[in-house]
Amino acid sequence: MDAISLQGGFAEAAPEAARAFRAVLNAMARPGTVEPVAGARPPAPLSMAAGVVLLTLADTTTPMHLAPSHDLPVVRDWITFHTGAPFVAAGRAVFALGDWAGLAPLDRFPIGTSEYPDRAATLIVEVAALAPATHRLTGPGILDAAQLRLPGGEAARLNAGRFPLGLDLILCCGDRLAGVPRTTKLEAL
Amino acid sequence: MYVAVKGGERAIENAHAFLAEDRRGDPAVPELSVAQIREQMALAVNRVMAEGSLYDPDLAALAIKQARGDLIEAIFLIRAYRTTLPRFGSSKPLDTGAMACHRRISATFKDAPGGQVLGPTFDYTHRLLDFKLMAEGEAPVAPVAEPRREPTPHITEFLNKDGMIEEEAQSDAMPPDLTREPLELPADRALRLQSITRGDEGFILGMAYSTQRGYARNHAFVAELRIGTCSVEMEIPELGFAVEIGEVTLTECETVNQFKGSKTEPAQFTRGYGLVFGQTERKAIAMALVDRALRWKELGEDNSGAPAQDEEFVLYHADNIQATGFLEHIKLPHYVDFQSELELVRKLRAGVPEALREAAE
Amino acid sequence: MNDYNFAYLDEQTKRMIRRALLKAVAIPGYQVPFASREMPMPYGWGTGGVQVTAACLTPEDVLKVIDQGADDTTNAVSIRKFFQRTAGVATTEHTGEATLIQTRHRIPETTLHEGQILVYQVPIPEPLRFLEPRETETRKMHALEDYGLMHVKLYEDIARHGVIATAYAYPVKVEGRYVMDPSPIPKFDNPKLSDSAALQLFGAGREQRIYALPPYTTVVSLDFEDYPFEPTKADHACALCGSAESYLDEVIMDDAGGRMFVCSDTDYCATRRAEQDKSSAKI
Repeated sequence: MDAISLQGGFAEAAPEAARAFRAVLNAMARPGTVEPVAGARPPAPLSMAAGVVLLTLADTTTPMHLAPSHDLPVVRDWITFHTGAPFVAAGRAVFALGDWAGLAPLDRFPIGTSEYPDRAATLIVEVAALAPATHRLTGPGILDAAQLRLPGGEAARLNAGRFPLGLDLILCCGDRLAGVPRTTKLEAL
Repeated sequence: MYVAVKGGERAIENAHAFLAEDRRGDPAVPELSVAQIREQMALAVNRVMAEGSLYDPDLAALAIKQARGDLIEAIFLIRAYRTTLPRFGSSKPLDTGAMACHRRISATFKDAPGGQVLGPTFDYTHRLLDFKLMAEGEAPVAPVAEPRREPTPHITEFLNKDGMIEEEAQSDAMPPDLTREPLELPADRALRLQSITRGDEGFILGMAYSTQRGYARNHAFVAELRIGTCSVEMEIPELGFAVEIGEVTLTECETVNQFKGSKTEPAQFTRGYGLVFGQTERKAIAMALVDRALRWKELGEDNSGAPAQDEEFVLYHADNIQATGFLEHIKLPHYVDFQSELELVRKLRAGVPEALREAAE
Repeated sequence: MNDYNFAYLDEQTKRMIRRALLKAVAIPGYQVPFASREMPMPYGWGTGGVQVTAACLTPEDVLKVIDQGADDTTNAVSIRKFFQRTAGVATTEHTGEATLIQTRHRIPETTLHEGQILVYQVPIPEPLRFLEPRETETRKMHALEDYGLMHVKLYEDIARHGVIATAYAYPVKVEGRYVMDPSPIPKFDNPKLSDSAALQLFGAGREQRIYALPPYTTVVSLDFEDYPFEPTKADHACALCGSAESYLDEVIMDDAGGRMFVCSDTDYCATRRAEQDKSSAKI
């Protein structure tokens, strides 16, 4: 493990993680909202936002799947040092990290069970841009409608027709993130 | 003119001051030290450690002092403290076979290797108040025997050799952790035992007693009850081997219970198991009986509908900190909800003809 | 209390609660199990709400705590003090100024706005619990969306009393899917659950459950077409501020049965009175 893996964590964990969580919570509770985050300096190709999400939510109890785009020693070492999350196959993932192409096919990830729909993976998706919008968003958390750029057309069909089961997305781009929970209905613009 | 009650903060501070004064009692009487409680109220300390799930006699004694002897309150103090402690790792499984026993008895054999060792027990005392204790006395001294050097074998092992008792399932799997994961049902045996060992002594005792009186009777014999010290070892990853980090006193109870078997399967005794921090033998025996009652499904027995067989009932109601909190919370203000019911009952009464209402009054 | 972490809980516990909160938001009305910790206040005193608040608080937050609608009730005072001490956050009694409000048994009268989170303390999160005591059974009912038992109960109320005889903790359906317990708020408050601009989070510590209503979520109080849901309150105006819209406490004034009705929401009432004083002073 080289020095780069040991750096880039929160300088002051409690308040920084608290602010970061509020950003993620707000993003998830208000789909279409883009939230700035700060405090992590993870190695490329991890974005700052993805680094913040990992520092805030991942630990030894959250099995993590890395898509090929992020299955790199430098990423593994950084996640191991800062969170201790074990790396697993897609089927056991609590979190999955990668770009959209690398995360496919998405039916590999747990979507919860009818008795425990919360046991579904959260995908931390690295995207190149969050705008201009490609989709119209409606559903809980949204007054009338919102708009957001999604990484791929198939994302719109991701959770269609299987609520309360489904995958929840955190889209990360640089130092900003957006949430797409399974409740959000997506229509291409 | 009505002025809404204010000053909740002041009232709370004054109540705390009153409590502190009352806790101390008459200042003319010397104050209890934590060491006195630890040494002379050791069984209370043990109960607080067991149900507080924290092995620390000094802190348990402090909690008893602070709680004015209310053991559930003391357990609560310990639990609230425990939850703030960082977790550095897990110990290796304890080897109770290597326990240095200061009490060890079997009800199933007159004698056995390792012998019957009564130890410090109330069992054969006559429960007569000892008025000598009203005055300060000298410390009595008990005769000392040569300590046993070799490990004391478990009684159930003798039965096991002949296949007379069910084999205990071995597993190296990490057991679930009740204090770190929400309780999920059905619970496996490890989780049930965790819940019972920190459960309220009175509740577990009552459940166990109910099995003896016929609510899922399982004919328990105390094969062995042992109390003594065990060393706790922890694997230190940096060292690559386990080191002893301390010693704990434990009470272990193994019961031999009614057999299972059929025309195709030879008859075999079954087991119940209790393991509790400190010298806590009532709890350990009760635990073994309740454990056995909860095992009905895996042993292919019928559910007789007895409370002690119902894991959801037992596990959800065994914790005295949960129970006392919820029970006592009904003394908090509920006037908003009460008001809504007042309105409802007024409305319901308004719908009933006058004559009927008067008759009801 | 510098020995304790910011907002009391250790970071690992907060992460666990935060993950549960995110799933709760993603599945509105569904009760997410979480490994509730023992808190330094008793179960039943709001440990669930306190854990949710602790996991959400940032140093910049302005916290308001109410019990029965009032900021000065003993338990509200105690919880507010706990967070002043462990998180050092600013506190307020004004609903509009708070960024996070922890409540027991009421929703504030003042309409909440987008920058706010309302955290409820929940004693029994399972709306079906008093109809079916077994968690294993009620979990199946939610999975199968089988809420027949609840409808039977409400119907039996009507058959017996002529009305649905539930005055508080009145069950709701969230986004047409999960039946949810709104915590023991009077049913008068139920309409405020739906389409709120604020995020609503529910914590049940002893029962180890967290659930949520994202903003602008449709929440419907269960009823029947011929027996529609009716939010009710005492048929009076507040004796202090004159409001005819707010939920009222009934206060017994003397031993002759004299009584008066005043707002349960102390901030709402005080704010209205302050405004009235100001305008009468101008005249």
